[in-house]
Amino acid sequence: MPPIDPQLIRADFPIFERDFGGRRLAYLDSAATSLKPRPVIDAVNDYNSRYTANVHRGIYTTGEEATAAYEAARVTAARFIGAPDHHEIVFVRNATEAINLVAYSWGRRNLRQADTIVLTELEHHANLVPWQLLSQEKDADLEFVAIDDDGRLNQQSFEVLLRTRPKLVAFTHVSNGIGTINPVKEMVAKAKAAGALVLIDGAQAVPHTAVDVVDLGCDFYVFSGHKVLGPTGSGALWARRELLEEMPPFMGGGEMIREVHLRRTTFNDVPWKFEAGTPDIAAAIGLGAALDYLTAIGMDHVRAHERALTGYALETLQEHVPDIQIYGPPSVDDRAGIVTFNLPGVHPHDVATLLDREAIAIRAGHHCTQPLHERLGETATCRASFNVYSDRDDIDRLAAGLRKVQRVFAGDGVATAPVAASR
Amino acid sequence: MDDLYRDEILEHYRHPHNFGTLPEPDAVYEGSNPLCGDRITLMLGINDDGTVGEVAFTGRGCAISQASTSMLTDEIKGKPISELALLGKDDVLENLGIEISPARLKCALLSLDTLRRALASRVAWQASTDSDDSPAPATSAR
Repeated sequence: MPPIDPQLIRADFPIFERDFGGRRLAYLDSAATSLKPRPVIDAVNDYNSRYTANVHRGIYTTGEEATAAYEAARVTAARFIGAPDHHEIVFVRNATEAINLVAYSWGRRNLRQADTIVLTELEHHANLVPWQLLSQEKDADLEFVAIDDDGRLNQQSFEVLLRTRPKLVAFTHVSNGIGTINPVKEMVAKAKAAGALVLIDGAQAVPHTAVDVVDLGCDFYVFSGHKVLGPTGSGALWARRELLEEMPPFMGGGEMIREVHLRRTTFNDVPWKFEAGTPDIAAAIGLGAALDYLTAIGMDHVRAHERALTGYALETLQEHVPDIQIYGPPSVDDRAGIVTFNLPGVHPHDVATLLDREAIAIRAGHHCTQPLHERLGETATCRASFNVYSDRDDIDRLAAGLRKVQRVFAGDGVATAPVAASR
Repeated sequence: MDDLYRDEILEHYRHPHNFGTLPEPDAVYEGSNPLCGDRITLMLGINDDGTVGEVAFTGRGCAISQASTSMLTDEIKGKPISELALLGKDDVLENLGIEISPARLKCALLSLDTLRRALASRVAWQASTDSDDSPAPATSAR
């Protein structure tokens, strides 16, 4: 299969047909959520228009079709991340819910007073706050792996913390804040040798690189569907089957039961034990379509495309935007398709507002990584992030847009022209 | 012309009016928008006749939040504090004179919110000193 042609890929994403003041959207916020290709939209529409029914209930044609499509998406998700058994995939709304599920279910049962959980300074709030809540409840300790100035986890710090014999080590595969790709496999091996269970937050990894949970050797792996071209409301928790079987339910209700009496209930098998109530069926089916779409492209091609694009972005921005400060690992080998930066003297929100005038969408703020930003010594940064549909033109427009921002703030009187008039 | 970052706003951002601190303020509050990292500390001196005397602020943040604060400090100087309660969102937006998108409204209104909280903290302090001899409040109500 030939490498990715973003021109062809973009034809699959209807949002690029929308006119933004005479331009197409330069969408550089894929780390927040990805755009959706036609096959995903069609799959959702198809469920909603042709075989709408609840799952695991209806003894009729559409009910069986819905159940089959929902469970097929589970098999697709399992294959996509190398899970050996699709019963190990629990559908959730997003990675945040998956982490909370583990914290409330596994954590409440297994964590004891004075136990330690090791996290890192790189984490998204979703992989911090649930553990804070749990450790407060259990009077347990949290420890944090330090990061080096280039945005990589300090392995020495990690090894020192492992001597506390943590019960759990939880860290991100790829940093949503600065794009660092962590050496997951090596870190998992070290953590396992220290006797810990390991949870990996794969929200920023699954969309951009091939993932094999067995090869990584972890115990829990979570990701969001909406960042991997799927609909919002879709996501997955993977955990080894014996862990899921030991874990108590997270939420009670329909679907997760085998038998209910007034005062006691026996629970369904995994994974349905963790899927109380009617799930987001359309989103799960859409996620399946998204993963099929990416499999057809090939995740190695996706990674190669984004790696090249990230290199181009780092070069272009450094060359054409004077004084730009770029955060994170300098090498594209250690960096996913995320470039985080600041323009000295201009607040990121002002940058984002002015770029919006050019139909360029970036993220400005702390990207749900306040501790990381404290470590960087910044309250906020700008972040450009890529996906399969991103191309060099997006980067060129970003660089030109940033020059314009600098001119506005340098005060040479050149305000940005309205989008429509500056074609 | 796109006037979102019109010269007056940029001018206030680059050279904010009343930027600094007061040695003995009568009302102080540190306001922030944690989502953007905008942060201002507003200090007021209040004259015996109930009007605003000296005003100063320090802070860090986007052009909208800093310019809005700079403009507001100009506006309230010399005004009776009873009138400050009447200042509203529309006054702040009128000062800025630009269209503010919903996502940026918090930046624009941080100045007003901080002013209100500074005055409220002063009122609370006065009420408590009227009833007993509790010590003066900390300089920041946060």
